[in-house]
Amino acid sequence: MKPILNRPAGLTEAAFHYCPGCTHGIIHRITAEVMEELEILDRAVGVAPVGCAVLAYNYFNCDMLQAAHGRAPAVATGIKRARGEAVVFTYQGDGDLAAIGTAETVHAAARGENITVIFVNNAIYGMTGGQMAPTSLPGQVTQTTPYGRDTAAAGYPIRVCEMLATLEGTAYAARVSVDTPKNAAAAKAAVKRAFQNQLDGAGFSIVEILSTCPTNWGLSPVDALAWLRDNLLPYYPLGVYRDCKKEAAV
Amino acid sequence: MEKLMLKGNEAIAEAAITAGCLHFFGYPITPQTEVAAYMARKLPKIGGVYLQAESEVAAINMVIGAAAAGVRVMTSSSSPGISLKSEGLSYLSGCDLPAVIVNIQRGGPGLGGIQPSQSDYFQATRGSGHGDYHLIVLAPGTVQEIVDLTRRAFDLADKYRVGVMLLGDGVLGQMMEPAVIGEYTPAVPAKPWALTGASGRPKNIVNSLYLDPEELERTNFERFRKYEQIRRDEVLFEEYQTEDADLVLVGYGAPGRICRNAVAAARAEGLRAGLFRPVTLYPFPSEALKKLAERAKRFISVEMSMGQMVDDVRLAIECRRPVDTCLRTGGVIHTPAEILEKIRACAKEEGLI
Repeated sequence: MKPILNRPAGLTEAAFHYCPGCTHGIIHRITAEVMEELEILDRAVGVAPVGCAVLAYNYFNCDMLQAAHGRAPAVATGIKRARGEAVVFTYQGDGDLAAIGTAETVHAAARGENITVIFVNNAIYGMTGGQMAPTSLPGQVTQTTPYGRDTAAAGYPIRVCEMLATLEGTAYAARVSVDTPKNAAAAKAAVKRAFQNQLDGAGFSIVEILSTCPTNWGLSPVDALAWLRDNLLPYYPLGVYRDCKKEAAV
Repeated sequence: MEKLMLKGNEAIAEAAITAGCLHFFGYPITPQTEVAAYMARKLPKIGGVYLQAESEVAAINMVIGAAAAGVRVMTSSSSPGISLKSEGLSYLSGCDLPAVIVNIQRGGPGLGGIQPSQSDYFQATRGSGHGDYHLIVLAPGTVQEIVDLTRRAFDLADKYRVGVMLLGDGVLGQMMEPAVIGEYTPAVPAKPWALTGASGRPKNIVNSLYLDPEELERTNFERFRKYEQIRRDEVLFEEYQTEDADLVLVGYGAPGRICRNAVAAARAEGLRAGLFRPVTLYPFPSEALKKLAERAKRFISVEMSMGQMVDDVRLAIECRRPVDTCLRTGGVIHTPAEILEKIRACAKEEGLI
């Protein structure tokens, strides 16, 4: 018998702790496959966030560091500046990257820091049990917006890729989704591009991946995918928001 | 050896470079700015990295990244900035990473002022961030000692995998004094735990998360065993005319210098005063101070704060003798005369005059 699909070399044998139907597993696999295909596992250094992916250091089969909440881009900067030959990536959720770590994110991008950022946006705080995130939609019901996110009181969601695309230092900013196999394939291509950029010395590359949280959205895995399509996709359009290589080619 | 006229802050930077520190992450704040400025000038010319972070928070996390990657790294700040770094210092310690953190203290609380102070003693010696941990805290008193202790800070950080704080004050940072830089061979151990890319070895993880309470307890026990070893092997202090002293001043940093003049003046009046100058503030030289309590009648803690080290003095001598304080705060520096006045007052209370 010939196996047609194996665990990628970029993942350890550890079993994921993620909830059933959560798309972190798909995004981990994509990231791991890309690192294997680019043959960088022996020089990759990953930085895990605080949030649902806090245990990512157990899952990715490369050197890993677990950072303080929101500080991953600063930690990654320190690693990359100390060890230029390392391929340094962060794996962060929306609270980590777009709330408590906004400054670290924006300034790593502004510096054109040559790192790769995997940004998982599921519009909610998962680990702590479903509170409002900086990317929660207007009207979205969460534990801390029990009557729906009221923009008059809680403000508006942040579109991270659009914001970072305004910065000269951002080499690549793309938003993808993993709600369908087709979109997952496109997501993998974007992640690969973001790592390849680092190998090419292009600078700060971020891939925002729309993700589900069935547990805290209070939906079945299948309904959660539908909710993502019906609600997140219209507010967070997929696409490439900045691409230095394309600009250079024009 | 060539003597150079060096500013305290610049001596820190130059000594760090000679200790093999080629990575510096910081954020501007008075009165330590010259450390960063010196690094910004020098490091790019010698293949090093100077990076001005967007915040103190980011700077200490960059330090964490570089330390985890296995290089010697330093950040420098002053009091309000250290408050911001405190989160990172907790993570640094929880991850057992070696790094050197400079605090050239200014008056507080809040924005306080920009004049010299020692009011971050508690913050420095008790760890400042959350959780069970300490930094080694070194307190130089001269520019030469700044040079020597900065280098020692890097060696200690690597030897024990701990954060080491060089705790100065605005006087030491801003003053100029002759000092010898000279040659130095850093003691850098192998760092098999560092994040260098898992080439030819299993993956390394640098982490401070332990969801199993017993595992977390075990790591804390291990870390505190390390602190005990540091307490046994690395305590530093200086004594001046303490052999026959009835009255012992305890002071470090700038007040430590001023106390020497006060001791000399008191001796000229026939008062047997002495000075005990702690150089490691954590661990505090408790044993040596306790020994002095066998013969000395009274201790005077001389601090540029509302009295913080005085707690460690009392603990060290187990409250066997009265402990007075001679305190200035907010950026005001003691004069030798007011310390002498305090010595006289204590002598009177002890019936010595």
